[in-house]
Amino acid sequence: MGLKLQQSYHHSVTVKVNEQMGTKRGYTFIQANRAWLPKFLLLWVMVMAFLSTWIYKKMDADNKVRRKEVLSSMCDQRARMLQDQFSVSVNHVHALAILVSTFHYYKDPSAIDQETFAEYTARTAFERPLLSGVAYAERVVHSERENFERQHGWTIKTMKREPSPIRDEYAPVIFSQETVSYIESLDMMSGEEDRENILRARATGKAVLTSPFRLLGSHHLGVVLTFPVYKSKLPPSPTEQERIEATAGYLGGAFDVESLVENLLGQLAGNQAILVNVYDITNSSDHLIMYGHQNQDGDLALLHESKLDFGDPFRKHQMICRYHQKAPTSWTALTTAFLFFVICLLVGYILYGAAIHIVKVEDDFHEMEELKVRAEAADVAKSQFLATVSHEIRTPMNGILGMLALLLDTDLSSTQRDYAQTAQVCGKALITLINEVLDRAKIEAGKLELETVPFDLRSILDDVLSLFSEKSRNKGVELAVFVSDKVPEMVMGDPGRFRQIITNLVGNSVKFTERGHIFVKVHLAENPKPMEDPKAETCLNGGSDEDALVSGARQFKTLSGYEAADERNSWDSFKHLVADEELRYDASVKMKAADEASQSVTLMVSVEDTGIGIPLIAQDRVFMPFMQADSSTSRNYGGTGIGLSITKCLVELMGGHISFISRPQVGSTFSFTTVFGRCKRASFSDTKKPNAEDLPSGFRGLKAVVVDGKPVRAAVTRYHLKRLGMLVEFANSVKIAASACGKNGSSCGSKTQPDIVLVEKDSWLSGEDGGLSLRTLDRQQNGHVFKSPKMILLATNITNAELEKARAAGFADTTIMKPLRASMVAACLQQVLGTGKKRQPGRGMLNGSSVLGSLLCGKKILVVDDNMVNRRVAAGALKKFGAAVECAESGKAALKLLQLPHSFDACFMDIQMPEMDGFEATRRIRMMESQANEQMNGGTEEGSIRTGEWHIPILAMTADVIHATYDECLKCGMDGYVSKPFEEENLYLAVAKFFKTKPISDS
Amino acid sequence: MDLVQLQRQLVDYRTSLYHEGFLDEQFTQLQSLQDENNPDFVVEVVSLFFEDSERLLNELSKALEQQVIDFKRMDAQVHQLKGSSSSIGAHRVQKLCIVFRNYCEAQNVEGCLKCLQQVKHEYGIIKTKLESMFQLEQQILNAGGSIPV
Repeated sequence: MGLKLQQSYHHSVTVKVNEQMGTKRGYTFIQANRAWLPKFLLLWVMVMAFLSTWIYKKMDADNKVRRKEVLSSMCDQRARMLQDQFSVSVNHVHALAILVSTFHYYKDPSAIDQETFAEYTARTAFERPLLSGVAYAERVVHSERENFERQHGWTIKTMKREPSPIRDEYAPVIFSQETVSYIESLDMMSGEEDRENILRARATGKAVLTSPFRLLGSHHLGVVLTFPVYKSKLPPSPTEQERIEATAGYLGGAFDVESLVENLLGQLAGNQAILVNVYDITNSSDHLIMYGHQNQDGDLALLHESKLDFGDPFRKHQMICRYHQKAPTSWTALTTAFLFFVICLLVGYILYGAAIHIVKVEDDFHEMEELKVRAEAADVAKSQFLATVSHEIRTPMNGILGMLALLLDTDLSSTQRDYAQTAQVCGKALITLINEVLDRAKIEAGKLELETVPFDLRSILDDVLSLFSEKSRNKGVELAVFVSDKVPEMVMGDPGRFRQIITNLVGNSVKFTERGHIFVKVHLAENPKPMEDPKAETCLNGGSDEDALVSGARQFKTLSGYEAADERNSWDSFKHLVADEELRYDASVKMKAADEASQSVTLMVSVEDTGIGIPLIAQDRVFMPFMQADSSTSRNYGGTGIGLSITKCLVELMGGHISFISRPQVGSTFSFTTVFGRCKRASFSDTKKPNAEDLPSGFRGLKAVVVDGKPVRAAVTRYHLKRLGMLVEFANSVKIAASACGKNGSSCGSKTQPDIVLVEKDSWLSGEDGGLSLRTLDRQQNGHVFKSPKMILLATNITNAELEKARAAGFADTTIMKPLRASMVAACLQQVLGTGKKRQPGRGMLNGSSVLGSLLCGKKILVVDDNMVNRRVAAGALKKFGAAVECAESGKAALKLLQLPHSFDACFMDIQMPEMDGFEATRRIRMMESQANEQMNGGTEEGSIRTGEWHIPILAMTADVIHATYDECLKCGMDGYVSKPFEEENLYLAVAKFFKTKPISDS
Repeated sequence: MDLVQLQRQLVDYRTSLYHEGFLDEQFTQLQSLQDENNPDFVVEVVSLFFEDSERLLNELSKALEQQVIDFKRMDAQVHQLKGSSSSIGAHRVQKLCIVFRNYCEAQNVEGCLKCLQQVKHEYGIIKTKLESMFQLEQQILNAGGSIPV
């Protein structure tokens, strides 16, 4: 069974792990494409390479365009200049032609001779920068040759400087510029180019140019410009023949293109960068070069052609420019592109690296997560295992303990008895340990669920105190509880677990404290601010501070006067709390309304002791399981050290924190906060707080004086008295109280006359004249008509001798043993004052039986047991607490009695019975009830008069109180169990739980 | 003087019963249930116990004499006996019943017989002791004293 159970745990754990992994693995984009990452990188690099190439190309092309533009503009500029200069020269030559015609032919005799011409032309040479020189040749027909030769005195010569052969006509140079004086008397018609030129010129009447040729004299390439000069004025539109007829001569100029262009270009910027060629392209198939070299290196890829118009429509010229050097590699473009590429490469690499890193980190993360889930699962499995195992161990342990108990009852030798007793003690310790481990494991496995039921915090604290009262009294340690008035009467929470926490802490304190006090204090967590209002102090004498230093030994203003670890609990801060409440009482209505607005209430609980404290080294592992201060602790004080760790878990489950302050040899103060729900007033006011001990109201309005030198302790006493509705005043010593009483008694009348005087034993003993003043107090009262106040002594422990002394001193009425509890005080006061119900003060009186009485009083209870004796005992016990008891001797009989409707409030059911056992009977009862409920709900839907459902609380009575039985009890519909035979405490717990929960389920 | 002696005798006697393990604190509880409303509670319950126990012991003896022994029934009867003895705090009887039940479960006839004898023996003792205690109490009451707690 156990193995199977564990397997199923295992299975469920692995399933959980898988589920968690499945849901948690959310893939990111990067994670999903991790295999593609290198490819992405490659693609990126390629794209970027392409892009940078493109950038390079683009920049390069831009450069080229710009180069071309520069070239064309330079070329055009040169062409235009050349053309301008050329046309200027041409125009001037034209002017010369007109000059010659005017002054040579129209004047008679001619105004021009060679000398005049040479001088004039030399002086106007600047006008014709492109012309190396000009000359005038006269038209001479053959018939006039002789006449001409005679007139001039020389013969006409050909270009080769030979006497000219006979021709139809000649064109000998008669005037010439000095620069070309060598051509005088040469027949221009003898040169091929010149002749053609002459013919064309006289036919058109315009300037004509030759094709380039090597000029005479210089060996430069050049062209000759020829203008016709006419003898007579021509008609407006002369024919070709008329022009030829009218021709008188020809004016010619030689353009030394090469040198002149050289000069011209030399003046321009950027001359070095480009090569300029000028061509005559009249014959389109054969370009004649006019300027520049035919075969040149230079950038052949890029050239620019510009048209030149020299004014001769027959001839066409062209200028071609190109760069000297090939286009230089564009470094800017190259660098830019390269840098771009490099940057992109780096960016790509960085992105790639980042992606790889992300992938790695995510992988790691997932791995960690998986490990974490596994670890958690292992932890849960461990806790489950622990829970199971410790549960399983308990059963055989109970057997062992039972057998040991039996063994001890047999006749044993003293040694054997000793062994067996040791074994039993160990076994009990083991069971305690197992229970604690089980608790802790349950908490860790998350199986511990907290109840949310209304409960009275104060009564729980009283209960816990009463548990430890015996021990503390034996040790002489003062045990006290104080709950701030601001803490609501009823809170919603888990009373059982709250009790466990308090029990743990107080238990620890009791264990480790040999002297001094243990003080449990509860207040709201939100009022730490002290209020400085001296008026709020209601001490009869405000000068209590002066008594803080008692001769020699330093007295601390704590509960018992011993130093406490946490100063916050000393009177200095405590009085503010009390004072605060004082004020609050005045304006209670308003404040309460404000308080109830919030849904939850945070309480601050502190447990202060003056024990051995926790060594500093051990303080940080106090809450770790199985860690005690040191190994000697468990030897001296026992315990396993798991209690505090459970306490911490419980506190945290309740939404609070626990902390402590401890000083070795001084004491420890554990404080924790816890969050409880606020109880709606309506939900418990009409149900009359069933579990809260009904404190008798007979003391309301009574006046009490507390005589106590220690203000904290006095406040605690007042707290309990206040719960009974009494008005309380403080007095620092008996004397003061006595004088106050006396004064009041004589002057103000009975209004301020105290009904009760409670005197702390210490205060009584410390004042040597205590007894005396008490007696005077008594006497004073006796002197008046007022009834004397009841004198009550408060003591933690008291010896018989002291008791006798106290009786003698006037405390005839009673002595209340501490720790104080409201119910106990009430009981004592009842006894003293003789009010209230007459109740025999048995031993149960002090141990919560009055509580039980209030719980069970008037309740009708059915006891089902087949055992006659048991039945009688159970009935007797319940009757004692005021319940009306009916008995049934079998399950069947019980069923009959519980036929609906019935008037029972609860049913105690034995489990092992013949015929029909308790489980079966309960099941049947529940079935009956649910049928009735269904019918009722179906029948009276509209009426909410009877909303309560039939559900009689059934408590099992069983002798073996192990958990398995308890679980079974719950399974078949029972509400709890009590151990058999009845123990009061156990009975109270079970009944309290049920009577508390019932009104909630009803309302 | 006589009364005080009787009272002391009762206290001593009762203490010895506790001390020797015949009674346990359940008997104290039982006594605490007795008050003026119910002055004879303890005696009433104890006599109920005597009645019941004698009936059970008789039935057990008979059952063990049978050829075929009904252990289940016996177990139930011993359980009853155990319950009543623990209710009045007859400690020794109760402890013996636990052993007896183990034998019943094991269907051990030998053991059962032995146990029955022991239980009868113990029952006899406790009956005598309680009866003499009640007698003492009665004497005190007759003498006009109160029973010391």
